[in-house]
Amino acid sequence: MIYMDHAATTPVDERVLEVMLPYFREQYGNPSSIHTLGREAAKAIRWARRVVADVLNCAPQEVIFTSGATESNNLALRGIALARRAEGHGNHIVVSAVEHKAVLETVRDLHNRYGFDVTVVPVDATGSVHVEDVAAAIRDDTVLVSVMYANNEVGTVQPIADVGALCRERGIPFHTDAVQAANYFPLDVEALQVDALALSGHKFYGPKGTGICYIRSGIPLWPQITGGSQEQKRRAGTENVPGIVGVAKALELAQEGREAESSRVRLLRDRLIEEVLARVPDVYLTGHPVERLPNHASFVIRGLEIQGVLMGLDLAGIAASSGSACTSAAQAPSHVLVAMGVSPEDAVGHLRLTLGRDTQVEDVEHTVAVLSDVVARLRGAV
Amino acid sequence: MSKPTVVVAMSGGVDSSVAAALLVEQGYNVIGIMMRLWAEVGCGVGSTNKCCTPEAVEDARMVADVLGIPFYLLNVERPFKQHVVDYFIEGYVRGITPNPCLECNRHIRLGVLYRHARALGADYLATGHYARVRRLPNGTYQLLRAVDRHKDQSYVLHMVTQEHLAHLLFPVGEYTKAEVREMARERGLPTASRNESQDLCFVHDGDYRRFLRQWANGAIRPGPIMRRDGTVLGEHQGLPFYTIGQRKGLGIAYKEPLYVLELDAENNAVIVGTRDELGITEAWVERVHWIAGVPPAGSLRVAVKIRYRAQEVPATLIPQDGDRVLIQFDRPMRDVTPGQGAVFYDGDVCLGGGIFVRSPRWVQASA
Repeated sequence: MIYMDHAATTPVDERVLEVMLPYFREQYGNPSSIHTLGREAAKAIRWARRVVADVLNCAPQEVIFTSGATESNNLALRGIALARRAEGHGNHIVVSAVEHKAVLETVRDLHNRYGFDVTVVPVDATGSVHVEDVAAAIRDDTVLVSVMYANNEVGTVQPIADVGALCRERGIPFHTDAVQAANYFPLDVEALQVDALALSGHKFYGPKGTGICYIRSGIPLWPQITGGSQEQKRRAGTENVPGIVGVAKALELAQEGREAESSRVRLLRDRLIEEVLARVPDVYLTGHPVERLPNHASFVIRGLEIQGVLMGLDLAGIAASSGSACTSAAQAPSHVLVAMGVSPEDAVGHLRLTLGRDTQVEDVEHTVAVLSDVVARLRGAV
Repeated sequence: MSKPTVVVAMSGGVDSSVAAALLVEQGYNVIGIMMRLWAEVGCGVGSTNKCCTPEAVEDARMVADVLGIPFYLLNVERPFKQHVVDYFIEGYVRGITPNPCLECNRHIRLGVLYRHARALGADYLATGHYARVRRLPNGTYQLLRAVDRHKDQSYVLHMVTQEHLAHLLFPVGEYTKAEVREMARERGLPTASRNESQDLCFVHDGDYRRFLRQWANGAIRPGPIMRRDGTVLGEHQGLPFYTIGQRKGLGIAYKEPLYVLELDAENNAVIVGTRDELGITEAWVERVHWIAGVPPAGSLRVAVKIRYRAQEVPATLIPQDGDRVLIQFDRPMRDVTPGQGAVFYDGDVCLGGGIFVRSPRWVQASA
């Protein structure tokens, strides 16, 4: 099987699994317990928090472990927006049009049920947010700005350091969903001037069900899960000790190998894009041609519904996907493609191929050959 | 030689599940596909189409898991809306009573799905229909009625071509429904039927009148109820709400019972008449398809099914120019309905069929 869907999830790195295993059967203590077993678990979490803080260039107490990026995004957006409004800062949120649903639906809920005003910042045809548009959207009563680091559907990387600088200047907290960026871009919250950041363990060869939420100290935050006093009373519930150890180790490894792996995978990805554009007729690249995730290729294959292509690839042993989160393409094309101005007819033909650590040049060659064959056969069929 | 590959059209019901199981047991390389059809409400999860409810999709996935076969959803909402739903709406507006299942088979199952299956490298497409395929010594194919005459579904498959038949499998067509249920039980598969009586799968509440009022964009208007001679007897609520042969619910008083004879879309009129006027001995059929690939040389004696659940009746077919056929029934027929399929049989062999049309050459029964 050739796995070309690393933006969806990744396998757990063996070194990550290794550090997790003792915490299931041997060091199974509850970190809140006073006894030795509990202290060993608490020590592991302290280690994990330190590791993550080093990567993010922040203080350990600014790191909150969660169940995943969806929870991290919910905590940051709801927690900050509600707390800042309660402090009298206003009632307005700014988000980009191409956010992941974990952000967009949360902001929609803050609008529908909590009465926040929301301004959605548009993107250009490459899926890029322009910092001037964010500046224009910000009001005196804006309590939070959220722009993702890199887009999951089309791979476009956003100018978040510029947005961070803008927000810092205006005194507004800036949140970024950095899920897709963790393998390939620096996560230094000082350099990026980010105040809240969400990560998901399984996107960088860590375990599923683990996430990280960074909240800059001094930013008010209302917890969203209440109960015990875990995670500095910001996220109650007995800690997922093996998961926390695993996500920290995975992040450490991803950032250590970041530059080498980015260069390696970018070469393969460029070759993939080049060959697909050369060998598959009537196809075009979606997303930014340069400012994109180095492992991310995405296309519109015109005149086809992508499901047939995905089936054909799968039957040939190639795992690929499409940007359309909703399987009902005819009724709801991807909001990202729509925001970029892609027509609904084209949007249903969106294909996403995302490479990873295990991808080799033969995999790219084989994928292109199978793809062009499947597309040709399906075009003959419709 | 590698095992032949077959795509099974799955519904989550007993028939297609057993079909898939039988093919796996026979050594085929089986791929399950379920079609995502257009629905009035709902996007994917929450779809209100009765042929692909979330429960049905879940059932089909479970069957695929049990059988260890790959399973995919194929989105056919757009062609389904265009060829089935819009045809249904426009047909009613034109005063006919369309059978959307025929168009679904013609354009979706034997069209989009068949082409996808073949393009994905499948040698065959299999469905859970009750029908059989026979290959003759000369290399041509016949569509036969199912062994279970009561469950026979050859009517809705009368548009199959020779090319289709060379690549179609109907694994349950050789069995009775009771046997299929028993096979499902033995294998721990779902035993409930899904597709039967889901005729209007896209009308979420089953109320086709409400559906047409909502979707026909005001094309449904009241008009006169009249005799053939033009005498107006009352007002109707819109042509789609009346069927040929209908007696009750006309809301007109007359010295003898009156029946709906015709729906005249040109004049937006419901034509009524007495029991004596009801019934015809000749009817025109268009879009006639001959499964053998060629029309018969001259007129021929056949049994005709005038709707899915009707008993077939003896008649003579007189092929006309193009794809038209004139049917002369042996006995007057009271419920021949434009828009429904006319399907022709010679014994167990389904010869083909077409769609009844309104025609100026309707001949009043002499009985």
